[in-house]
Amino acid sequence: MATVTMTVNGKSVSGEVEGRTLLSDFVRNNLNLTGTHIGCDTSQCGACVVHVDGKAVKSCTIFALEVEGSTVKTIEGMANPDGSLGVVQQAFQDNHGLQCGFCTPGMVMSAAALLDENPNPTETEIREYLEGNICRCTGYHNIVKSIQAAAVAA
Amino acid sequence: MYDFELRRPENLSEAIESLSADGAQALAGGQTLIPTLKNRLASPDVLVSIGGLAELQGVSESNGVVSIKAGTTHGVVAGSVKSYPALAALAANIGDPAVRNRGTIGGSIANNDPSACYPAATLASKATIITSKRSIPSSDFFVGIFETVLDEGELITQVDFEVPDVANYQKFDQPASRFALVGVFLARYGNDVRVAVTGASEDGVFRWSEAEQALGSDFSASAIDRLEVDAEGMIEDIHGSKDYRASLIKVLTKRAVKAC
Ligand SMILES: Cc1cc2nc3c(=O)[nH]c(=O)nc-3n(C[C@H](O)[C@H](O)[C@H](O)COP(=O)(O)OP(=O)(O)OC[C@H]3O[C@@H](n4cnc5c(N)ncnc54)[C@H](O)[C@@H]3O)c2cc1C
Ligand code: FES
Ligand code: FES
Repeated sequence: MATVTMTVNGKSVSGEVEGRTLLSDFVRNNLNLTGTHIGCDTSQCGACVVHVDGKAVKSCTIFALEVEGSTVKTIEGMANPDGSLGVVQQAFQDNHGLQCGFCTPGMVMSAAALLDENPNPTETEIREYLEGNICRCTGYHNIVKSIQAAAVAA
Repeated sequence: MYDFELRRPENLSEAIESLSADGAQALAGGQTLIPTLKNRLASPDVLVSIGGLAELQGVSESNGVVSIKAGTTHGVVAGSVKSYPALAALAANIGDPAVRNRGTIGGSIANNDPSACYPAATLASKATIITSKRSIPSSDFFVGIFETVLDEGELITQVDFEVPDVANYQKFDQPASRFALVGVFLARYGNDVRVAVTGASEDGVFRWSEAEQALGSDFSASAIDRLEVDAEGMIEDIHGSKDYRASLIKVLTKRAVKAC
């Protein structure tokens, strides 16, 4: 076991992990931040996307120890400080961007990363950016609409 | 996944030292290795994390050569290589944004997946693969599927590409994996034309020499009309038959010529 320390959603946290502990397991099991979902665990679905130092990564495909000293943002960090929904989250709610909601944490994190890089994406750019996020309910049209709305609202 | 010790060396020489131990393996972006470990297809005792090493990061371009340090991610190559647009475009189309934020050129080339994109680019653009021990021309580097000439513990540190006059990469996506079902990288240096094919052969990435000769004397899509790729030795799986892949090679080569 080794100790890992990182900043998650603005708070410094540390915990004991094995070499093989994935970041997704660390945030879910050690930090009880279960908003980050594990859909496939094979790097395909994107339900587990979080931001590490501002970049979208699949938390099931990075070890917790590799994130030592980094800044992580999970879906829980997307809400406003008063607990109300953040812009991207609100846009998903307003535009029916979710059905079962399983893929939503990853979709929101990818959408936020896209809007950071490109505040006014075209529909094609949104669809291309979401290539690694799979929605089992296949609600893609409304997901794209939500992201377009978030771009306008932001 | 079996457990292992994860080491994070401070610098390159420490990484090379750690890798000399029995049972040690390099961990770059982990976008291939972590799924492999989950499937218990690899069981290293020690993983040496090289992704964060500053000495393995960055792109430099001068005198017609693009040099990319091995730990540079696909995302960085896509955004920073200016003098070789076909290479930047290739990197921009690997997997998805999250994969591109972690996956590295060194990991892709060392892994030599039969459907990976970078091996085709290195083979077509006269690349030199620089390791902790030596310089290897790309023509000698790839041995077979998932196999290269790298020794145990040998680390790729940099890849140098000779920028061609014109080049184009045509990737026919396999939409489930987001790898290439077949990919053709075409590069032209005067009359020296190179056509490297990924995703198709059971022996991994290869150069289609008949097409190279035909295009060397007549650089037009019709120059390869009379050529056919032999379907023998092509990959056959649920995504495509041998014949389909053989046919795609020709179609994609023509598209690449037209796009140049
Ligand atoms: C969903 C998904 C889609 C993808 N789509 C594509 C695609 O379209 N095209 C494509 O080409 N690839 C694709 N990939 C693979 C991706 O490009 C990987 O990033 C790449 O193959 C491996 O790079 P890595 O840095 O992640 O290496 P790792 O997974 O860390 O390592 C891979 C192997 O290389 C070795 N290694 C790593 N670095 C070095 C080095 N410097 N020297 C020697 N050995 C080293 C490791 O020991 C290991 O054996 C995809 C992957 C995923 C998960
Ligand atoms: S759980 Fe990480 S990509 Fe599916
Ligand atoms: S809303 Fe159900 S998986 Fe996307």
